Amino acid sequence: MGKFRDRILAIVFAIGLIVSAAGLAHAGPYEDALEKLTTDDYADTADAVTAVATSGNPMAAPLIAALQDGRLQFSAKDKKVFIKTVDDKLIDAETGKPFDGAPPDDLDAVRVNNRLRGVIDAANGALTLMAPDAAKRYESAQAVFKSRDAAVLPAVEKALEAEKIPRVKKVLTEARAAILLGADDTSPADKIAAINIIRDRGDQDSLALIESLPADTPAEVRAAATAASAQIQRNLAIWNTVQNLWYGLSLGSVLLLAAIGLAITFGVMGVINMAHGEMVMLGAYVTYVVQEIIRTRYPGLFDYSLAIALPLAFIFSAAVGIAIERSVIRFLYGRPLETLLATWGISLVLQQAVRVAFGPTNKEVGNPSWMSGAFDLGGILITYNRMWIILFTGIVFAALLAMLRFTRLGLEMRAVTQNRQMAAAVGIRTARIDALTFGLGSGIAGLAGVALSQIDNVSPNLGQGYIIDSFMVVVFGGVGNLWGTLVGALTLGIANKFLEPFAGAVLAKIAILVFIILFIQKRPRGMFALKGRAIEA
Amino acid sequence: MFTSNHTAARRPTARKWLAATAGFAFAATGAISSAQAQDTIKVGVLHSLSGTMAISETTLKDTVLFMIDEQNKKGGVNGKKLEAVVVDPASNWPLFAEKARELIAKNKVAVVFGCWTSVSRKSVLPVFKELNSILFYPVQYEGEESEYNVFYTGAAPNQQAIPAVDYLMSKEGGSVKRWVLAGTDYVYPRTTNKILEAYLKSKGVKQEDIMINYTPFGHSDWQTIVSDIKKFGSAGKKTGVVSTINGDANVPFYKELGNQGIKATDIPVVAFSVGEEELAGLDTKPLLGHLAAWNYFQSVKSPGNTEFIKKWQAFTKNPKRTTNDPMEATVIGFNMWVKAVEKVKTTDATKVIDALPGITAPNLTGGTSTMLPNHHITKPVFVGEIKGDGQFDVVWKTKGLVPGDAWTDFLPGSKDLESDWVKLKCGNYNTVTKKCGGQAS
Repeated sequence: MGKFRDRILAIVFAIGLIVSAAGLAHAGPYEDALEKLTTDDYADTADAVTAVATSGNPMAAPLIAALQDGRLQFSAKDKKVFIKTVDDKLIDAETGKPFDGAPPDDLDAVRVNNRLRGVIDAANGALTLMAPDAAKRYESAQAVFKSRDAAVLPAVEKALEAEKIPRVKKVLTEARAAILLGADDTSPADKIAAINIIRDRGDQDSLALIESLPADTPAEVRAAATAASAQIQRNLAIWNTVQNLWYGLSLGSVLLLAAIGLAITFGVMGVINMAHGEMVMLGAYVTYVVQEIIRTRYPGLFDYSLAIALPLAFIFSAAVGIAIERSVIRFLYGRPLETLLATWGISLVLQQAVRVAFGPTNKEVGNPSWMSGAFDLGGILITYNRMWIILFTGIVFAALLAMLRFTRLGLEMRAVTQNRQMAAAVGIRTARIDALTFGLGSGIAGLAGVALSQIDNVSPNLGQGYIIDSFMVVVFGGVGNLWGTLVGALTLGIANKFLEPFAGAVLAKIAILVFIILFIQKRPRGMFALKGRAIEA
Repeated sequence: MFTSNHTAARRPTARKWLAATAGFAFAATGAISSAQAQDTIKVGVLHSLSGTMAISETTLKDTVLFMIDEQNKKGGVNGKKLEAVVVDPASNWPLFAEKARELIAKNKVAVVFGCWTSVSRKSVLPVFKELNSILFYPVQYEGEESEYNVFYTGAAPNQQAIPAVDYLMSKEGGSVKRWVLAGTDYVYPRTTNKILEAYLKSKGVKQEDIMINYTPFGHSDWQTIVSDIKKFGSAGKKTGVVSTINGDANVPFYKELGNQGIKATDIPVVAFSVGEEELAGLDTKPLLGHLAAWNYFQSVKSPGNTEFIKKWQAFTKNPKRTTNDPMEATVIGFNMWVKAVEKVKTTDATKVIDALPGITAPNLTGGTSTMLPNHHITKPVFVGEIKGDGQFDVVWKTKGLVPGDAWTDFLPGSKDLESDWVKLKCGNYNTVTKKCGGQAS
């Protein structure tokens, strides 16, 4: 009896063992894939991603998202995979439940390389075509258009039926057309229809797609493709001009921003200020300091950092400018050579001072979220940071004009520039106006520094890169004339950008320099010369 | 540059300001060495501490000081303490030659660690030849040179550029078929790109699949070029960018890449001049996956590296201070020089130079580098991807160490040249004409 019971127990035990062993062996593709994620091998990880994506397991999407963000952790010892949540908690990737025990000590992130990122994007494309977020659906439809993976076609068609938003629907249609065009079993009529859809998209990718048709394509399809490709090229040529114009405008606005302060100190006051670039650099460092304080103390304010930095940069650079004017430049009025050398010396001192204080390496100045990224406008891509800089330059320019035109300080400044003796005779304190004018020019350079910190290096050398260009703009535009500076900057910017695609960046720059030299021979006072006694300084 | 200041200073009113200005600049730029004891070995440090190149070179000055400090803690070399003589050539190429002369002739240094740009190296060469001294050059460069007085511890093109291109061509690297070679317009990118172009063509890449683009120093408006790259990259073939863009221009270049939405999965950019230091000025999140090829990354896990980083950060009193490839090259060069001096028991330049080939020193990534008869060293090559925290994740490395090749095999004229200072006693031996003194075209 006892023996019999033992035997039964043994059998039950054995069955249990077999069942559990079988259970382990047939744990499903998802669980197998998880194990592959713990080998720290790119090929295994790639296999695992594909397997996870097709497993249909509810954990697949969060797992792939975590892998993409570098939040997927593994322990090679325990052969376990964890998803790290945004608030640093571990979730067991197998069960989807929070992991309570102590985390294994060999926990490390699953590494990805570019090929893997491609695999992940493709896997994600299929998974997120139906995502609730429209922006995500749009992105994944774009990804499908680029990858043209025939396996995704059913998913695309399903998504197309469900899609309500026209913008996403359009891209999905294009993605479907791209897949159909590439497939062998599509009828010629369908292929022509696909070509027409892709033609209307009309960008560089579409052109490449249409031109990459295989040699054995039927004649009628080929004819449609040739026509479509010609039309896309025509469109692209037009947009290309618009794009160059935009780039030129953007480069011109940067030049203008850097030069506008110089237009006051050099143009209006006649001081050859070689330290102008350093005022720009100081403005950029003010931005850096403001961002550092915000980062450590008030991280929530980061998007406002530039708005906070603007007045501070203006005040700081203006104060430094006034200090330079009072301590050095006022003794050198009317002696351009000495002014040039003294301000150049000051520029070296300022550079080295910043180098000693902050170190010689670049400082990171972040772009607030509203200044990162780009959007499409017709056939051109407009980056936010450039757009805001163009707008900002416009505002600064308008504000400066208004100040000179409508305020008492502006009136006195113009009076002093036009005729110093007469201005002094009517009771204007010319020395004070000199200091304030120089301060204003320097302050505007500081504002330029805030803007330039968004697109350039923040290093002690920042200013040097702009000083030559600034002088070029002011001299070309006409000394003493703000409108001349505006036209000069935009002309140079646009000319440079139209030359660049043909001549290359180096030759374009040389060509512009030669052009200015020749122009100055013909019109020594620049485009918009002031007439009369005003300029005799 | 200061001579013009002095001429101007003859005018009485301006004098005090100019004198003050010049004085300030001098005081700020020169790190003047302190008391000079008699029984020390002097080590010259010739790196720019002001001007454009200060951004990169200051770190190397600190590295040499750190190594000297470490060596002195161990009791110095041959019973003598080491003493650093630091001069500042101020990113001014002719000044490099002057300062080199000052170090060797006036300060009687036993060895010089210095230079970053190729033009500064070329400018000091005649001085080192004339006064027969030793220069350790720690930066990756274009090759096509092997001098008796110079030891090149940075990468030659076959230790950086060519393995990186091989990686991009491989399946793992994305099987790149179309190439953009973008660089700053000076000798290193031009020569490297010439070598790469010849190499790519030897691998069957067609002319129309190679786009070469040069930009001026400090170029900051990358809109046109980045959009050109994008256009070039959307021709249906996988495209990669090989960037020899010089340090300073990289930040605006990468910012523009990020803003125009060029992702590493679409068009990977592999850079030869972007290291941990350059990334410190950037938000690296939009650059995830773009690549750099070096012989050292701070993120490489090895006991030697971990210890080095710890000591370095303690020395600089900055727990966030990064390390980079030229630093490692400086460290290797320094250790090799110490070993050679200990071997011949003298600092006499000729004896040390003759002793150096064959000397080995551990590199920080776990291997052992050897000084070769052509005055280049063996190094491992790593390809790293930029991570979100400004470090690199090594995705590929060569199987063993790669010996540095002074004369590339991919340019006509240069491929027949060989450098061997041990047997042939010649830096440019022409294997066809069997003569020393052959020229590369």
